[in-house]
Amino acid sequence: MTLVYVDNVHKAFGDLKVLKGINLSVAQGEVVAIIGRSGSGKSTLLRCLNQLEKHDSGQITIADKQLDAASMSPKELSENVGMVFQSFNLFPHKTVGENVCLAPLVVRGEEKAEVEKVAREVLEKVGLSDKYGAYPAQLSGGQQQRVAIARALAMRPKVMLCDEVTSALDPELVGEVLRVLEALAAEGMTLILVTHEMSFARDVADRVVFMHQGRIHEEGAPSELFSNPQTPELKQFISAVL
Amino acid sequence: MGPTLDFLTLLPYVSELLKGFTTTVILTVVTTLTGLSLAVAVAYLRVNAQPWVRWGLGGYVEVTRNTPFIVQLFFIFFGLPGLGIKIDAITAAFIAMTLNLAAYSAEILRAGISATAKGQLEAGRALGMTTLQSYRHVVLVPAFARVYPALISQSIIVMLGSAVVSQISVFDLTYAANFIQSRNFRSFEVYLLITLVYLLLAFGMRRSFMLVGKRVFAYQQGEQR
Repeated sequence: MTLVYVDNVHKAFGDLKVLKGINLSVAQGEVVAIIGRSGSGKSTLLRCLNQLEKHDSGQITIADKQLDAASMSPKELSENVGMVFQSFNLFPHKTVGENVCLAPLVVRGEEKAEVEKVAREVLEKVGLSDKYGAYPAQLSGGQQQRVAIARALAMRPKVMLCDEVTSALDPELVGEVLRVLEALAAEGMTLILVTHEMSFARDVADRVVFMHQGRIHEEGAPSELFSNPQTPELKQFISAVL
Repeated sequence: MGPTLDFLTLLPYVSELLKGFTTTVILTVVTTLTGLSLAVAVAYLRVNAQPWVRWGLGGYVEVTRNTPFIVQLFFIFFGLPGLGIKIDAITAAFIAMTLNLAAYSAEILRAGISATAKGQLEAGRALGMTTLQSYRHVVLVPAFARVYPALISQSIIVMLGSAVVSQISVFDLTYAANFIQSRNFRSFEVYLLITLVYLLLAFGMRRSFMLVGKRVFAYQQGEQR
């Protein structure tokens, strides 16, 4: 079943055309890794999927519903799509528990006791149930990013977008975040991740999408794509990053 | 024979001093709360409202910050009745001080808000929050924390500036002093006394602000700076 469907999406910032006709469909439970040089449009594509950037033309549907202000409210969008950022973006003045509970309380208006129960569950899932009352500043980068994942999970999204979620981390902290994502993937969560972790893309992704100059240049199963790249651009990219 | 200091000459006027002190404290406490609350609204609207609202508020902030407080006070108390708006002195003092503090504090807060990482707002949006919800739950406290020292100073400046309201016959601490020295001619004693009182008020205000800040911004204590 197709969960995310992107049809001929264009996006420009002024004269700079960043996305030049993206077509992509992601099935329920699929893990898709988007790779490519910086400036190839991969982050912009991800940000269009939860409307942090509005696409100029083309269509995006999620769970068969059009993704635009007219047909999907911010609340509804947040219940479909969760996002984890490169720089965590935790709320510094709120404890870990409050970070996770905020959106379900404020946006969904759920019962406090129920929300706190869910918060403990998702924190358990990312291995941080003992940090419920800690402030973000008291956590390591890897722990902060796991809280950010838990915070997104608390809205029970259908698909999770991960924008270079390990790029701001010290090398020894990357593993703990990737393991959480791996576990999510194993549970059947649909994941779309922009990543520079090629080994992670190879091991966990069902499909790898290589973007180049605003287009999807090549895509396929990771084993195929990495061992047998078809285009010179991908060959060059792989030899540069591996 | 040189002049001698005699503070006992103030004793018969204790009730006037207390009345003035109370007025100054009430004026300060109320206008600090109303002024800072109004500042939050002004700062928010100056970033997020319709253009004509932004321009209007920009005009208010600039006029207030570039004219003397006493002129603002006189305009409200003596000027507005010309338009048929009659306000008693104490109300005029409340309004003038609130508007004055709000204009300065809105600019200070705006700096704190714009220094808030764009990422925080995006995280709020990605979680489905409206702009207003994001401001309330995500932006406001860190923004306040960032500019808190400047806000404390500004509030103290307005408290000290409240001495001017004696000019429209509000019975504040300065009015009490003027009143007393016109009766007993002991201006040195009485002004020395209220100088000390203002000084203590300023210290006390700073301390109270710090105590509140320590509670509200407790999250910063684990932060490395």
